[in-house]
Amino acid sequence: MTRLTQGCFSLLPDLNEDQIRKQVAYCIRQSYAISIEYTDDPHPRNCYWEMWGLPLFDMPDESAVMYELKQCTLAHPAVYIKINGFNNARGVESCAISFIVQRPAFEPGFYLTRQEGKGRSIAYTINSYAVQSAGEGSRY
Amino acid sequence: MSDASERTRIKSERYESGVIPYKKMGYWDADYTVKESDVLCLFRITPQPGVDPIEAAAAVAGESSTATWTVVWTDLLTACDVYRAKAYYVEEVPNSTDEFFAFIAYECDLFEEASIANLTASIIGNVFGFKAVKALRLEDMRLPYAYLKGYLGPAAGIIVERERLDVFGRPLLGATVKPKLGLSGKNYGRVVYEGLKGGLDFLKDDENINSQPFMRWRERFLYVMEGINKASAKTGAVKGSYLNVTAATMEEMYERAEFARDLGSIIIMIDLVIGYTAIQSICYWGRKNDMIVHLHRAGASTYTRQKVHGINFRVIAKWMRMAGVDHIHAGTIVGKLEGDPNTVKGFYDALRLPYLKENRAFGIFFDMDWASLRKCMPVASGGIHCGQMHQLTHLLGEDVVLQFGGGTIGHPDGIQAGATANRVALEIMVLAKNEGVSYLENGAEILKEGGKTCGPLRVALDLWKAITFDYASTDTCDYESTPTSSAT
Repeated sequence: MTRLTQGCFSLLPDLNEDQIRKQVAYCIRQSYAISIEYTDDPHPRNCYWEMWGLPLFDMPDESAVMYELKQCTLAHPAVYIKINGFNNARGVESCAISFIVQRPAFEPGFYLTRQEGKGRSIAYTINSYAVQSAGEGSRY
Repeated sequence: MSDASERTRIKSERYESGVIPYKKMGYWDADYTVKESDVLCLFRITPQPGVDPIEAAAAVAGESSTATWTVVWTDLLTACDVYRAKAYYVEEVPNSTDEFFAFIAYECDLFEEASIANLTASIIGNVFGFKAVKALRLEDMRLPYAYLKGYLGPAAGIIVERERLDVFGRPLLGATVKPKLGLSGKNYGRVVYEGLKGGLDFLKDDENINSQPFMRWRERFLYVMEGINKASAKTGAVKGSYLNVTAATMEEMYERAEFARDLGSIIIMIDLVIGYTAIQSICYWGRKNDMIVHLHRAGASTYTRQKVHGINFRVIAKWMRMAGVDHIHAGTIVGKLEGDPNTVKGFYDALRLPYLKENRAFGIFFDMDWASLRKCMPVASGGIHCGQMHQLTHLLGEDVVLQFGGGTIGHPDGIQAGATANRVALEIMVLAKNEGVSYLENGAEILKEGGKTCGPLRVALDLWKAITFDYASTDTCDYESTPTSSAT
């Protein structure tokens, strides 16, 4: 894999700090709560990345978010980090924007296991190289 | 046996045998107070020359509820006044001499709970062939809260679909496999893989891909799943392809749907031509099997497009949200198919809003609370390309699937390049919109900027820059009309 394409800006060149700040400002204008999450295993079905603290509610400006993001990148310099904007309005009550703000220099990616079943059916399993290559204990 | 003329007959003026005007039979009541539980309909009526519009409205109310052409005494065995639909207001259509809007109220108990088939058998049953009206169109409906609560609506809808796909903050991106007909299963799966790896969220079977001699359905499903899973592993993203399970019988449709589920597909597809009951059945099946249901609208334009006769698509959109489809094709505005901007925005509102407010400029005639039925994801498909991304973003908003079929597969450098061009165009437009840039006015420059770091986008913009579909719309709103235009 060359590049993980989760999140809403992942086919663009990596966002710089100014671009990230502008998207955070957008989230604040929309009254979204903003959370920072990180993982070394961005498996497509891994929907619970680690939370960097609680979501930040009612932020007056983007400075606290940018500060927390900086702290997260210092603590976890070689993993994926994403920013989520959460909309608690009735009828949404879900994530409203999500984009990757840090990637490891080398993105290990995934491989596909095919288990032949009845007839020509195949059961597919997507596995993370990140999990395979780093045994239990070394990933935490 | 005594002579029949000696019998005592009903003396009431209303119930003497014979033919009396519908408006005198109780189907017109100008003083009627609408109940919260009433089903309301707005019809556009073109009466035959010389027919009083109020009589025409009463006739429509009568024929779509209890009446027949003549007086029947058996009405008196029922609480007939309750069951009679009442036309309660008639107004002239703006800028027209022979068309009228007729508002009709129906008692909720006229309808079986949670049955689109029953609702439609009443409302659009007989009246459209009525001789007294030259033309008739069902423009809008207000479904009452209590009645809506019987329906389950979309099992996933916009919010849950996004959570399952893990895509937030941008429109979803899809493409229909082309050519529509003739590909073998293996070649078909290749198109799916290339499109998904290039950056699309979905590929899609077209309406007429079912199970033909050149490619039987099992062959297609098996190769498509290979394409999906391989692309998912290559990109780390959840991917899907609408597997069309439309078939001749329900038994066959269930068999295909179950095979799709067993292979791990996240989405199946059906078509409007299977009928309302089949649609509701498949939606219940989808709910039970964690399957997103995509509805294509083949055939809809045969009865939705002409302004004076048929059913406005906004009504179909409401019925389908009630029936429980998660996706429905609802127009592109700028693409190759019919679509006046305000009219299409009205369709999108009907599908996506939790509460509708009367907005005649968008063709919405009633306030209506959707009773927490989930939002249905509109799909924009047909003749759109990445050079229109700023207009699409502006007109259709964020909660939509943008489907570029020719605009993906027709890319000179291949399907992956086409998919990437579309995805980059989309992302850069969302980025600019969120940054507060006037993206509609500066759309062409923003796309050009995106092309600087993305070769496929540069090529696509060059190729399709002059393609527009500027034709006058047939189906426009009566209160404010704008021409279809894809010019900047």
